[in-house]
Amino acid sequence: MYKIIYNKKISSNSYEMAVKAPLVIENFIPGQFCIVMGKEDSERIPLTIYDTDKDKGILYLIYQVVGASTLELSKLEDELFSVSGPLGNGNEICSNIKEFKGKKICYVAGGVGIAPVYPQVKYLHENGIKVDVIYGARNVELLLIRPKIEKVVDKIRYATDDGSFGTKGLVTDLLEKNINDYDYVVTIGPVIMMKFVVDVCKKYNKPSIVSMNPLMVDGSGMCGACRCKVDGKVKFACIHGPEFPGDKVDFDLALKRMNIYKEEETKLYDKMKKEIGVDKHE
Amino acid sequence: MNDEKVRGKIQDAKTRVKNFDEVELGYTKKEAIAEASRCLHCVNPRCVQGCPVGIMIPEFIKCIKEDNLEGAYEVIAKSSSLPAICGRVCPQEKQCEAMCIKGLKGDAISIGSLERYVADNVGEIKLKKPKSNGKKVAIVGSGPSGLSCAYDLAKAGFSVTIFEILHKPGGVLTYGIPEFRLPKAIVQKQIDSLKQLGVEIICDVLVGNTISLDELEKEYDAVFLGTGAGLPKFMGIPGEDANGVFSANEVLTRINLMGSFKDDSKTPIKKVKKAYVIGGGNVAMDAVRSLKRLGIDAHIMYRRSEEELPARLMEVGHAKEEGIVFDLLTNPKEILVDENNNVVGMNVVNMNLTEPGEDGRRGVVEDESSLHKVDCDMVVMALGTSPNHSAVKNSKIELSDKGLIVVENSKTSLKNVYAGGDAVTGAATVILAMEAGKKAAQEIIEKIK
Repeated sequence: MYKIIYNKKISSNSYEMAVKAPLVIENFIPGQFCIVMGKEDSERIPLTIYDTDKDKGILYLIYQVVGASTLELSKLEDELFSVSGPLGNGNEICSNIKEFKGKKICYVAGGVGIAPVYPQVKYLHENGIKVDVIYGARNVELLLIRPKIEKVVDKIRYATDDGSFGTKGLVTDLLEKNINDYDYVVTIGPVIMMKFVVDVCKKYNKPSIVSMNPLMVDGSGMCGACRCKVDGKVKFACIHGPEFPGDKVDFDLALKRMNIYKEEETKLYDKMKKEIGVDKHE
Repeated sequence: MNDEKVRGKIQDAKTRVKNFDEVELGYTKKEAIAEASRCLHCVNPRCVQGCPVGIMIPEFIKCIKEDNLEGAYEVIAKSSSLPAICGRVCPQEKQCEAMCIKGLKGDAISIGSLERYVADNVGEIKLKKPKSNGKKVAIVGSGPSGLSCAYDLAKAGFSVTIFEILHKPGGVLTYGIPEFRLPKAIVQKQIDSLKQLGVEIICDVLVGNTISLDELEKEYDAVFLGTGAGLPKFMGIPGEDANGVFSANEVLTRINLMGSFKDDSKTPIKKVKKAYVIGGGNVAMDAVRSLKRLGIDAHIMYRRSEEELPARLMEVGHAKEEGIVFDLLTNPKEILVDENNNVVGMNVVNMNLTEPGEDGRRGVVEDESSLHKVDCDMVVMALGTSPNHSAVKNSKIELSDKGLIVVENSKTSLKNVYAGGDAVTGAATVILAMEAGKKAAQEIIEKIK
């Protein structure tokens, strides 16, 4: 059991949870993730590590309510049953700072994808690497942690579908307009967004890094649920990833594999909504 | 003279395919005493030689005959830390029972069933925490090798901490072997007895990530790596990344660890119409029998013949009784999918056996002319594993060509780091992992005083 410090709503569909988990954050490298279980009988779900307070041993998570497990999580107040991590490998740039000194790097984030981007950009900022961010969401209300991210970026550009903040349009439009300013692109967000961001990168011959977030169970390489196809080979996102070179990832397959349990998940979500009630998330 | 072994009651096949309760119900007192009375108490007991951990089998059987369960348990506990588990999952027919002199002319003594009888019926054993010797050992992984290593070290006075990545300890005993073969309450009971000895188990820790091996080496007098078999293998055939293709590990983890066979489970499992489990080992049997219990038409597909099936004979027998179909001498060539990437069938070929090779195992060749289609909506790969280096990444530990941890007398190339079980041998059995954990404990006890 892990003590929840707070678990608060930060947008119409997203929550921020602070939880006491000193072991999980002690060796955390930005880019790694964790697996949580809300209760003893909950599903194991991979979540983003958004921030850490190493002095106090506090782990900060941001998650979007998308199904039964995250809905259940959003209702927790006192204790989180399980959190294991940090899992996977650290971000390539954060792990090899020296190699990237002087390079111009752009992060492209979508929706809650800003959460895993934040610790990376913060780490690079603290280590003297300037980073720009392009951040998009459907509308201004869904743009998260703006004041925090703005403190650690060199330049940030926003895009919203409805034009309620920043440029009206997609992150890919903003990226394409500015791509010649950059040597590397890192993108984290919905798979479909990452696919199109990588398409832009390919078009302009820029290397890209993507962070995959497939279904997972154990998160330690044992079950193979999270397998992705990278450069034609089977890779496990949990131990070989979660980051892969963008131009090598089979996104169409990744999109299809997200639907493996769609039917079952919908049923569980409906049941959970009835059981514990639901705030307006959609 | 009628000298058949006493058979314990088992759940009827028709009933048991509808539940996950244990298949073998275990001996009653009367049955156990009758079976124990068949033992000849050989002066040079061959069965003991057949036991990887050298349990003094005739001694504990003698205690059963005298209805002295505490005595029987004490005899077993001298050699084995997990009798309730080994009595159930050891391949006795290849070990102790294979050596039993009575087996030459008739039925061997049912040593496994007797061991289980003792462990299940002995009542609560209060283990006393031994006097500390001031030394600390870290154990990575809470599967059979780690648990048996922890048990022997704790008994010798070491302060033992086990690190486990999952939220529940037990490793393959918890996530892998199904409830109907090894009830989780039994596993829990054995783990509780370790805790009585003062062993600490910390879950949610992936050594290599949460804590590095280097940190453990600095903090502890010795480290034992019992990290298990590793990553599930896939065949590398077209269509294998379809939505209905799973590793046996995933299916078993969802069912056993996450309880997805229960109606109110929060972890989903696919309840399809027809599934093929590819492979012929114990993991394949566990997976196929679990799927059958979900109401799925469950088949085994194995490229060799029945004779070569690596699974325990008893498991194969139980699977057949339960209506599992064995498609032998057959191998998938391609998994067929629809436009949504869902499995709709497989193209398979028949195989012919060749003469045994140097390893004594018969090979197979494809009969290309036999290519044909089978319908199904799930394919489960039970093909073994390849090593997982998560725990030892960034360390200079010596690995074999196959990527397994190299040990000499249980010791790795790193100072004070020991290893055993599947991480060293590749996928094997619970009892061999236990034996490795035990041996490593002996080495640690001798070297680190």
